[in-house]
Amino acid sequence: MDVNKIVKRAAQELKNGQVVNLGIGLPTKILDYISPEMDIFFQSENGILGAKKISENESVDPDLIDSGGAYINVRNGASFFDSSVSFAMIRRGKIDVTIMGAFEVDQEGSLANWKIPGYFSPGIGGAMELAQKTPNVIILCSHNDKKGNSKILKKCKLPLTAKKCISRIITDKAVIDVTDKGLVLKEIAEGLTLEALIEQTDATLIIPQNIGTF
Amino acid sequence: MMNKQIAIEDVIATIPDGASIMVGGFGNPGTPFALIDELLKQGQRNLTLIKNDANEASIGISKLIENGQVDKLITSHIGLNKIVIDMMNKEMVNIEFYPQGILAEKIRNAGAGCYGFLTDVGLDTEITDKKSLINYQGKELKIESALYADFALIHAQYTDAYGNLVYGSSAMNFSPLMAMAANKVIVETSHLVPASELTPSHIHTPSAFVDSIVDLALSTHKNKSASI
Repeated sequence: MDVNKIVKRAAQELKNGQVVNLGIGLPTKILDYISPEMDIFFQSENGILGAKKISENESVDPDLIDSGGAYINVRNGASFFDSSVSFAMIRRGKIDVTIMGAFEVDQEGSLANWKIPGYFSPGIGGAMELAQKTPNVIILCSHNDKKGNSKILKKCKLPLTAKKCISRIITDKAVIDVTDKGLVLKEIAEGLTLEALIEQTDATLIIPQNIGTF
Repeated sequence: MMNKQIAIEDVIATIPDGASIMVGGFGNPGTPFALIDELLKQGQRNLTLIKNDANEASIGISKLIENGQVDKLITSHIGLNKIVIDMMNKEMVNIEFYPQGILAEKIRNAGAGCYGFLTDVGLDTEITDKKSLINYQGKELKIESALYADFALIHAQYTDAYGNLVYGSSAMNFSPLMAMAANKVIVETSHLVPASELTPSHIHTPSAFVDSIVDLALSTHKNKSASI
């Protein structure tokens, strides 16, 4: 799977003036594709508004990490606050966009990303509140798991993080919007046929006339 | 002035077996490593810990869990600690998960002397027992109880002799909330400074919430986050 392709495509979702929360893992890599001139406030739920990537010539503040534990820096206009204020910001809908990973998503826009019973239960973290309360929830994940099973399902099987919360799904194979009518294919990965994509997707896809590539 | 400064051995010795202990920190920043190491050394058992995460494997509170001192961890996320996930799967430690902001709010609510609050977070998920919902102002909502504890272990960047606390950048996280919610608050500090050096309007935790101060400069323990 071409991780950079997904991350690069996801970076295009972000616009000047937004407040954005990036989940641990793949979503955090989006920072590599954001130009320093862009006026975005990245919120990190451990109590930072205005996080930015640390550059090689900057000194490390051992007290300053992102929610994934990596050392970071802050931009001009940044602020620090405690965890209750951080989640007040999230639950009050002050975050414009959140981009997070998933174990499973489904065609109703529901998300499962906190628990695989008996195997890997990392815990809820900020995901439940971010998914339920952020106006624009974008999911970044591989289209299929290591065994080739579709992660885009008709109905999630794993315990849910939040129901009907997703607006857009970006995978290595497709960009898909969640609408009232169902999942609408927006873009398909270059070199992949429509037949192959449908074959590798459990959920029903609505295929419009015009589909972009990425 | 009341003398809050105390030797690390003496203050940790006040914690009995079976105590509930809030531990500040999100990952490394804010984790009171010296206080945790002293608890490991003294070996109190059957503890209930309350912390955002389990630290990473063999670091911070993970040492207490791995050493079998912890019966229960009330937390939000342990994804960066494979050992504790494995211990949870083998039922060697009881883990209770909350959404991170709900955990913070439960602690803040106790810190404000209240008994609970209403929320709609997680209503469509397995963390909500539908029987626990109440109808309030036309909405189905869940009652979350306030979360108190016997002790809080806190790391502050700056502390004066009165116990006013200032946290470093993202090391603040849960600490000011826990300092309000616990019955006894034990602080380790990297810099014990004269009160005149702290600006009153910049204090994060006012001194009334703090019971004991351990000066890390006097301690043989080295603070991990300060030594990186």
